[in-house]
Amino acid sequence: MTDRFRRFTGTDRYLTSPALQAAVNCALALERPLLVKGEPGTGKTLLAEAIAGALGTKLLTWNVKSTTRAQDGLYVYDTVQRLYDSRFGDGDVRDIRRYIRFGPLGEAFRSPERVVLLIDEVDKADLEFPNDLLHELDRMRFRILETDEEVQAQARPVVVVTSNNEKELPDAFLRRCVFHFIDFPDRELMQRIVRVHHPKLDEALAQQALDVFYQLRDMTRLRKRPSTSELVDWLAVLKSAGVQDLKLDETLPFVGALLKREQDLLVFHESLAAGRRPRA
Amino acid sequence: MFVGFLYELRRRKVPVGAQEAVALARALEAGLHDSSLDGFYEVARALLVHNEAHLDAFDQAFLAHFKGVQDQGDALLEELLDWLEEAEAKDVGERSPEEEAALLALGPEALRELFTARMQQQERRRQQQDNGTGEEAQEGPGRGTRPEGAERADGGRRGAMKTADARLYRGYRDDRVLDTRSLAVALRKLRAFQREGAFDELDLEGTIDATARNAGELEVILRPPRKPSTRVLLLMDVGGSMTPHAHLVNRLFSAARKATHFRELRTHYFHNCVYGRVYRTEGFGEPVTVQELLADCGPHWKLVLVGDALMAPYELMLRSGAHGRYTPDGVEGIVWMMQLAQHFERSAWLNPEPPASWWSPTIRTLRSVFPMFPLTVEGLGEAVGHLTRGGVRKGKGPTVSR
Repeated sequence: MTDRFRRFTGTDRYLTSPALQAAVNCALALERPLLVKGEPGTGKTLLAEAIAGALGTKLLTWNVKSTTRAQDGLYVYDTVQRLYDSRFGDGDVRDIRRYIRFGPLGEAFRSPERVVLLIDEVDKADLEFPNDLLHELDRMRFRILETDEEVQAQARPVVVVTSNNEKELPDAFLRRCVFHFIDFPDRELMQRIVRVHHPKLDEALAQQALDVFYQLRDMTRLRKRPSTSELVDWLAVLKSAGVQDLKLDETLPFVGALLKREQDLLVFHESLAAGRRPRA
Repeated sequence: MFVGFLYELRRRKVPVGAQEAVALARALEAGLHDSSLDGFYEVARALLVHNEAHLDAFDQAFLAHFKGVQDQGDALLEELLDWLEEAEAKDVGERSPEEEAALLALGPEALRELFTARMQQQERRRQQQDNGTGEEAQEGPGRGTRPEGAERADGGRRGAMKTADARLYRGYRDDRVLDTRSLAVALRKLRAFQREGAFDELDLEGTIDATARNAGELEVILRPPRKPSTRVLLLMDVGGSMTPHAHLVNRLFSAARKATHFRELRTHYFHNCVYGRVYRTEGFGEPVTVQELLADCGPHWKLVLVGDALMAPYELMLRSGAHGRYTPDGVEGIVWMMQLAQHFERSAWLNPEPPASWWSPTIRTLRSVFPMFPLTVEGLGEAVGHLTRGGVRKGKGPTVSR
């Protein structure tokens, strides 16, 4: 058994670690969902885009909310519309198929070619939500009860599931997934990430910004530590404001782009005003 | 085979089973690990671990199981080279058939080159690993000027053994004492819903039903929306022996306050044991008698007590009246506690003391009144599970291993 599939190695806009590549390739080879966890802002959602880009396939996104039910992802039978049509409307209300609206998962199954399906922030939904999807993700098929038709995946979609850890996911669901925990990038990887996003950024400024960034991250009293996406945004602001020189003190420009919580800003000012260096 | 490794993982409480074993075998069969230990580490981790809390245990198991494998590989290479040298030194007639075959197939030079190339490859890999960890601390701006390719080759990749040894994931273990967020996550499970309030949600089933009965004339049925129905009464022991735990208890408190999925949350304080009344403030102000409390909070409230249950044994026996003052014909402290336990359908005691010290007599006594759980992420999860379980069960909770 040799490489039957194209291996994923990241894209020029999305840099990966060997561990992440191994996880993605396992998911591709074993045709299992890939579950990605990690701090907010470490690029969980972007990973799905990168995989779709690397495989050259379409990306379908299912944004999960607290009210999302598993059924919504498969299909919704629009009874209200049908009722309305039967009373006031035109057209043939006998054909139920006209009132079946497919969700992202249903669309992914129906697509004639392979797609990447991103189930984003699966932990936002009800605790039982992942369990309700087990069968569909395993067998890649479901039945439309109203028409008694079966929808079966023509090409098994690549499923990427992200979680922010707000809820524990059920064991049965976890067992079926390939798991990857995105580490916070170390300095070297971060440098490369910064260069990918801001290729023309002055090298000295980038170094100073990284210094400040990691010092901030090491402040133990922060509630929400700044992460990659905040750093990238912050650099964009610095660049457009033409900042030349940076150091960690109270006058740090645009600190609001890095620290989003009021308490964290207070902590920041407190620890710097007292002349103490943040704990390294 | 990796089966031994799976048992090593199980011994460290990483839940792996046949499903994982089969998945790993398939991945190895597909060659995803590139026949290297590093590759195996990444692949095995992706397939065997399902939760970041287990990453640390995985690293430890990997270290324990595969330590020495790398050295063995080196020794093997050494042996091969020796063998080649010996074979070459021999005359044609003295060579064994295998030696002859090997030399004929590739030629002695090609063989030696192959071996040394492998050797260097391995050496290079080792150096990269060393750089990977050693340079982080002292990186200068100069590094940025390296060509793209070189950067990739020596950055990023850390040897499996190095990564495992660094134990980067220690912080994610879930037997550690908890932070506010994981507390909130644990508390979230306490929520439950009930339909009530104004009728402003479309009841689809009802509408269809009514419309059909109405011979197709549309009739819209509304129903009240779902609302959280859990009410929690939090009783916290403060002062004295609880002072060292104040930080931890505060976090639990703030997590509970922040939780938006409770219908109602009431917090009261007591010291060591409840004597007739509890207090609204931490400084024992604004007392509320137990009778008032029980009248306000129905049996369906979830009672959560937080305390170390450590005190002098006589304190459980102090008699007090309904207003908390000592009276010889009052009720013993422990009896007040039992009244609370009997009133509420579901109750749990969270103890910040480690379960290993739960042999102390007062803890033992209170454990027979309230199900007791350690105040850790795991313990809180268990407590919440106990509080939400259906049916009424009183007395001793699930036993906690010492």
